[in-house]
Amino acid sequence: MNTFSDSAFTALELIASLDLGLLSIAGRSLGVSATACLIGCGIGIALGAYLGVSRFSGRSMVLTVLNTLLALPSVVVGLVIYLLLSRTGPLGFLGWLFSFKAMVLAQVVLVVPVAAALSRQVVEDVDAAHGEQWRSLGAGNLVRCVLLAWNERFALLTVVVACFGRAISEVGAVMIVGGNIEGFTRVMTTAIALETSKGDLPLALALGIVLLAIVGCLNVLLALFRHWQDRHQQSKPSSLRGWVT
Amino acid sequence: MTALISLQHVSLKLGHVQALSDVSLTVQAGEHVALIGANGSGKSTLLRVLNGLHPVSEGRLQLATCRQAMLFQRPHMLRSSSWNNVALGLWLDRSLGLRWLQAKARALEALSVVGLSGVKLQNAATLSGGQQQRLALARAWAKEPELLFLDEPTASLDPPAKREIETLVQEMIAPKDKPTPMTLIFASHNLGQVKRWASRVIYIEQGRILADLPTADFFNAECLKQHSQQAFLFLQGETS
Repeated sequence: MNTFSDSAFTALELIASLDLGLLSIAGRSLGVSATACLIGCGIGIALGAYLGVSRFSGRSMVLTVLNTLLALPSVVVGLVIYLLLSRTGPLGFLGWLFSFKAMVLAQVVLVVPVAAALSRQVVEDVDAAHGEQWRSLGAGNLVRCVLLAWNERFALLTVVVACFGRAISEVGAVMIVGGNIEGFTRVMTTAIALETSKGDLPLALALGIVLLAIVGCLNVLLALFRHWQDRHQQSKPSSLRGWVT
Repeated sequence: MTALISLQHVSLKLGHVQALSDVSLTVQAGEHVALIGANGSGKSTLLRVLNGLHPVSEGRLQLATCRQAMLFQRPHMLRSSSWNNVALGLWLDRSLGLRWLQAKARALEALSVVGLSGVKLQNAATLSGGQQQRLALARAWAKEPELLFLDEPTASLDPPAKREIETLVQEMIAPKDKPTPMTLIFASHNLGQVKRWASRVIYIEQGRILADLPTADFFNAECLKQHSQQAFLFLQGETS
């Protein structure tokens, strides 16, 4: 317990003193995960929304594969991306291995199934309830998936936060494809793993606290945004006014 | 009169449920047809088949080329302004061929017809049930449909909103400035509404048409009993 409290105290000191090493690792972590989240959510939400409104043969197979990919182990992703990007691999010519881009690519692969599976469910639910009204107005699959995804944008924001959480907290893939090179590809999770193995618990704990604080701040921002949106739009429950339920 | 819709021996299975069985029906332009029956009888399914939302699995559906609009029991409005919601409905209909700005202009006119100009910039998803249904009516009105489908449009509304919608529909289906009335096909549980709007009543039970009579004959107990015992019993149950 003493070790923990000492480490926590030192960690807070590091944070309060705006330790440069800590800031650089946190900044890089944010950069990699935010970029991966942006790209992965862009692809995943578009794919999920389309799957949510479309019906085709083999769709249930695609959904099974997608749901299976939710449990994709990050080390496996890291390994596959490593093989693809290694000098003898099919994407070796890109020269991305042990770089920021390689880490982003690995996290994109991890994020896409999460974004697609969750947004598919969101859009499919609303399409099941109201999709035929939009079809009756002349909206085809593509238009409907864009409209309904836009309409459910606040629910999809939660999907984005979940994806960001998945990206920023994973360690296996970035460790393999980034190589944990100090000042270059070292991010919070790989640094925590390294510092723990070296016995530098305060720095590891400080990084852990920063990691949690970042995700916490994001959730607070999201909650504030939703609160503001509810007040701005006269709150959701009023949409039930006049309906006999 | 011209046949606008012709269904011949149409059957439809939804999953394992036989939703429609051997339905044959002809609707002439200008007719106001009510579909009545118990819950799950197939009224809404028939409306959806006529609107092209469900492809028929057996039989033949012939529909004359005409502008159509459909109103649902609970219209879905996007989290955007009322104005945008109406304009979007117009813009999506390719047969109208409207550009976005043209759709916006016509939507503004439609909003004023249903008395919602005051909330044109308000988020449509936050409007009351009655206002949302009026917005859906505006969306339909702006298309100038020749054929209008209504699926229990007032079933979920409170009495004042119900009256507002009834008045608007009444004005829409029999406009004073147009010689030909709009063709209307609607599903309803409200027999008063059926008497007010319909010129012909179709009774459906378990996906089959059991009675198809002019409104006056349908509400004439002797006449109805002669045509269909089941429809007579349904009406007795509804009116007792």
